[in-house]
Amino acid sequence: MLNDIQKNILAIVADMKGTGEGAVNIRSDGQKAFRRSTEHIVIESKTDKDGIDIRIAPGTRNEAVHIPVVLTKGGFRDMVYNDFFVGDGADVTIVAGCGIHNCSDCDSQHDGIHTFYVGKNARVKYIEKHYGEGEGEGKRILNPQTVLYLEEGASVTLETSQIRGVDDTKRYTKVECRGAGSEVVIRENLLTHGNQKAVSEMDVFLSGFDTKAQVVSRSVAQDESSQIFYPRVAGDNKCFGHVQCDAIIMGGAKVRAIPEISCNHVDASLIHEAAIGRIAGEQIMKLMTLGLTSEQAEQKILEGFLR
Amino acid sequence: MLEIKNLSYRVDGEDGAVDILRDVSLTVEDKKFVVVTGPNGGGKTSLARAIMGIYPPTGGAIFWNGEDITRLSVTERAQRGISYGFQQPPRFKGMKVRDLLNVAAGKEMNHDSACNYLTKVGLCARDYIDRDVDASLSGGEVKRIEIATVLARGSELMIFDEPEAGIDLWSFARLTDTFREIHDKKEATILIISHQERIIRLADEIVLIANGAVAARGSVEEIYPKIIADTFIGCDRLEGDRKC
Repeated sequence: MLNDIQKNILAIVADMKGTGEGAVNIRSDGQKAFRRSTEHIVIESKTDKDGIDIRIAPGTRNEAVHIPVVLTKGGFRDMVYNDFFVGDGADVTIVAGCGIHNCSDCDSQHDGIHTFYVGKNARVKYIEKHYGEGEGEGKRILNPQTVLYLEEGASVTLETSQIRGVDDTKRYTKVECRGAGSEVVIRENLLTHGNQKAVSEMDVFLSGFDTKAQVVSRSVAQDESSQIFYPRVAGDNKCFGHVQCDAIIMGGAKVRAIPEISCNHVDASLIHEAAIGRIAGEQIMKLMTLGLTSEQAEQKILEGFLR
Repeated sequence: MLEIKNLSYRVDGEDGAVDILRDVSLTVEDKKFVVVTGPNGGGKTSLARAIMGIYPPTGGAIFWNGEDITRLSVTERAQRGISYGFQQPPRFKGMKVRDLLNVAAGKEMNHDSACNYLTKVGLCARDYIDRDVDASLSGGEVKRIEIATVLARGSELMIFDEPEAGIDLWSFARLTDTFREIHDKKEATILIISHQERIIRLADEIVLIANGAVAARGSVEEIYPKIIADTFIGCDRLEGDRKC
């Protein structure tokens, strides 16, 4: 049985009501809280380390798998390895996400290492939300690692977002588009506030012929928080890559964006853009002419920016 | 009714204080269509922004429906029924056209209503309703969306700052029809800053602003020939005591 705190966190990080539908694995405080496999999506515990294997049958279409993690014990440290084997031609949505409820004065931490093996012509949409809450002095720490290997014609969209309440995060994303014609879209949204710290590193390798990558990072740093981005894209074949980092900075926050593109092939075409700045006064003024207060206008602008 | 009494707006320049608006007095009756025109740098946009509350006047007063709104914020004026279409509207990363229209209307609009406002400004609603109001849109497209937000707001007083700027001829014709329709149906008081003859000819009254002051005001028949004459003669008459 899930308690109210767990249910609330599941709704926030995985848009789930209770145990949801389809294939599901809920991990709570380091333990399996609920699991359900389906005909095409099988979830099994690993035997050599903590974590699960998710096997998605070739040709599986229009199915979803939810694998959220909830931490509610103060001072608890959790590390998990989840591997996804997506069969050829599958078309699925994977919803992960982690929420920490920490009311203690000890740090709570979850490190999730997700590895995806995406088969030929498979399509994956991966949604991951991170969230922290609780009144204690203990930090809420989330360190996700996401590693993807894409075969020929595979296509993956990653939508990752840190909603709020995460005190410290070190994110690492690695994508190898090794199959011809494979492509990845990474959309990362990050909000920090208070004295929170966030570091996000990405390595995208476009090694297959005619591969594509689009990295869009949107972040808002409020109060005294700090963020650092290191998105790196390497083109080792005929490929196209675009890295865009946009950040809104508020109060005494600090943001560094250090995009790196490396062309190692004459037909590799890579672009990067980075922009950091405060909310433009004219944007707030425009929304005020539509009846919003300056605070409401600011909130509306941030909501859209981090959507 | 909008009443502007002895309005002045002074800013600090490199060579000392500069008077942007000087003792401007103006009355706009309810449901009238007033065009403010005049040479560049004359103070038209500053006047519009002062009415909306974006620029704080350094003297004089603004009354709206009998209430002194001179010290009210932009939000408070918007909530009292004044809206303003920017000459160069800002863009919003991540905010969709539909979102902006919803903010303007103060509620979740249904699809048909939102599309109706876009159609009024010459945009094919289906193509735009779910697009972000960002750099992917041209200046003319953003401008028309800006005007649509003012229409969606449905304010008692609609102020438009050069709505024609950046808009193609076909869309401009559609826009002119929309302004005419609002006026004919007495839906709002319209105050438009414009240099376009097609808009000027719709006006009940033209106000000529030059060198920060009202240089002339009257009907189209009275004022427009003077503007044309001054265009050919030179700008001495428009500029008052400031020679070109």
